[in-house]
Amino acid sequence: MRGLVLAVVVLGLMAPIALGLWQTARAAFGILPALGRDSLSLEPWRALTALPAFGTSLRLTLVTGFGSTLLALVLATGLCATLHARLKSGTAARLLTPFLATPHAAMAVGLAFVLAPSGWIARVLAPLAGWNQPPDLATVHDGWGLALLVGLMVKEMPFLLLVILSALSQIAVAPQMAAGRALGYGRGLVWIKIIMPQVWPLIRLPVCVVLAYALSSVDMAIILGPSNPPTLALAVMRWFADPDPAMILPASAGAILQATIVVLALGGLVLGELCGRRVGLWWLRRGGRGLSAEPGLWLASLGAVALMVLGALAILALAIWSVTWRWSFPQPWPERWSMQAWADPEGLWLAALGNTARLALMTTALSLTLAIAWLEGEDRARLGRAPWAEALIYLPLLIPQIGFLYGLNVVFLRAGVSGSLMAVIWGQSLFVFPYVMIALSDPWRALDGRVISAAAALGAGPWRRLVAVKLPILLRPILTAAAIGVAVSVAQYLPTLFLGAGRVVTLTTEAVTLSSGSDRRITGVYASLQAGLPLTAYLLAFGIPAALHRNRRDLSAEVRP
Amino acid sequence: MTLDLDALSLRNATGPLFAPLTLRVPKGQVVTVTGPSGVGKSTLLDAIGGHLAHGFHLTGTIRLHGRDVTRLPAEARRIGLMFQNALLFPHLSVGDNLAFGLPHHLHGRKARRAAVDQALDQAGLTGLYDRDPATLSGGQRARAALMRTLLAEPLALLLDEPFSKLDPALRAEIRAFTFDHIRSHDIPALMVTHDPEDARAAGGTVIDLSGPGPV
Repeated sequence: MRGLVLAVVVLGLMAPIALGLWQTARAAFGILPALGRDSLSLEPWRALTALPAFGTSLRLTLVTGFGSTLLALVLATGLCATLHARLKSGTAARLLTPFLATPHAAMAVGLAFVLAPSGWIARVLAPLAGWNQPPDLATVHDGWGLALLVGLMVKEMPFLLLVILSALSQIAVAPQMAAGRALGYGRGLVWIKIIMPQVWPLIRLPVCVVLAYALSSVDMAIILGPSNPPTLALAVMRWFADPDPAMILPASAGAILQATIVVLALGGLVLGELCGRRVGLWWLRRGGRGLSAEPGLWLASLGAVALMVLGALAILALAIWSVTWRWSFPQPWPERWSMQAWADPEGLWLAALGNTARLALMTTALSLTLAIAWLEGEDRARLGRAPWAEALIYLPLLIPQIGFLYGLNVVFLRAGVSGSLMAVIWGQSLFVFPYVMIALSDPWRALDGRVISAAAALGAGPWRRLVAVKLPILLRPILTAAAIGVAVSVAQYLPTLFLGAGRVVTLTTEAVTLSSGSDRRITGVYASLQAGLPLTAYLLAFGIPAALHRNRRDLSAEVRP
Repeated sequence: MTLDLDALSLRNATGPLFAPLTLRVPKGQVVTVTGPSGVGKSTLLDAIGGHLAHGFHLTGTIRLHGRDVTRLPAEARRIGLMFQNALLFPHLSVGDNLAFGLPHHLHGRKARRAAVDQALDQAGLTGLYDRDPATLSGGQRARAALMRTLLAEPLALLLDEPFSKLDPALRAEIRAFTFDHIRSHDIPALMVTHDPEDARAAGGTVIDLSGPGPV
């Protein structure tokens, strides 16, 4: 069974990525038979570097990618350092859920509603600044990529917060904090010198995922990022979509460059860790007590809270715009409300919602089945997980989507499945499965083995043990994993676009397309639905087990989402 | 050099933990606090060290050499803390754990390293600078933790059942080692314990927290 699952994962999930990368790499080095190019050459790379603003795009990518990840990590760490002692992890997880559930595109649309020159913040400031019309400031799509940087942080910071909190639950924080302070160290320095070095190995992989995403995000870059020149990932996507098919060559080179940047960045992270360990030890041995670090800690927490307020406002702005009729500029509040935008005579959003829900249910069901089969296979073979298998699971999250989706679509085109719902389900599962697997692994392994032994001793075979004992006990983490799967599926933009060949319309593809339009009300409808679907999934994941297990205290233990 | 508690009392949502406590710990002496579990002995040490959890309310004053430290943060009090399970930082080597305790005003890499090596020698841990603390025996861990605490030059020491996790054969040895160092550093020490043998060996005043209020 384990072998079978592994074969499915390798053939179904890894092979497409490898094939996609291979096809893209071939085009990047001049081999594209469809255009009659069949000799190796470096011409696409020359064309790529000669493209206008190539350098700017590269710089924007590095600044927004590294900048947002680093800042989000610092802010999340600062907030944990100040709040950890007062926060129950269950409460924190529930507080963070809306931020985690809201897809990147919906959050970006909401942020644009808040940050834009005609956005909420400007409206609130208008009476003070004396503005009668939106100020002439590029607060969204700014040339520096600051809006994109903030947008990425709003999504990344809560995720890192959750990851750090769950790592902290494995470390004896309070006694170590007391020991450090009794030796004369300030709270901030105990946190940096003692706690974080122990947290880091536990959060290294998630940070890598965040960094890889931030370096190559496309949907957020469309909605918030600079448009001319854009970040590299978005530039590559535009080149792929260029009417001139010859642009596919430099676009492919750009895609491979994007993948290389991410690999180098992850390598840089490892190198940075090695240096950090050296420098950290030197710093630690000097024995500085850092009694003045406290203000920095408060500043970081303040920044983190500000980001979460911004995120909450963004989600709120989506809902409000969707029920607005008239809301002229300096007004802080809509003047007239209406459900007009929700009226859908042609069934447009209903169709997008249907597609999105269908895709989410099918990818999640597929991924969940595969994950349970894998974990159960490990149990039956009485084996732990090999490190290479762990790496295999993370792989799709670390390789930029733009790097292999074009090539994969070429493969799908040849197989005649491009543009079908099935192709999109397959494409989305590449990213849904890893998250479902990661979410389910720990609770599955934490299951008390004696319960299973007891069932076996009562004569229950392996299938009955799975169906009658394991799955019911693990209902809560299974549903949480499913909710995460739904959230990941709904958020997918590039796989839907590329593998659906533009024919599979979802809430996400529509919200991204509409975000450049002028009608905020319609955009608000799509983005609200996009945020609402995963949120509903999370609510069900919390609610169903709570209702079913209301008389089962041992099953109601807080499990992080 | 004394640690003085003046009408110290602690209260949480359910009420006061014990009767107001007034107490003087002279330098070089170990005063023992005993009492049933749950009466708040460890919380008392937390209060003195500045590690009180949220939800506790403190009245009265804590003075160290006549200086009021009641409202100071833990790191500014210079009160050392010894736990029952030594609590060496698991990600640092034994030597770096000690180096962490060494005060900042001792300058120079060589001088600092020499100070750590000397402390390791005193604790019978010569040459174990690079060892993983998890590979030390219980007695070695306890001695390393005491050295780390003393290197930070505390003005007073709090001991929270420091010997209870050691096996009986070791207990007397570590106890003597600890008390000898407290005497030679000439600092006041307050110890919480369940073990009457600890109290006898400490030789100082014994305070029963469940009792009617000590003198």
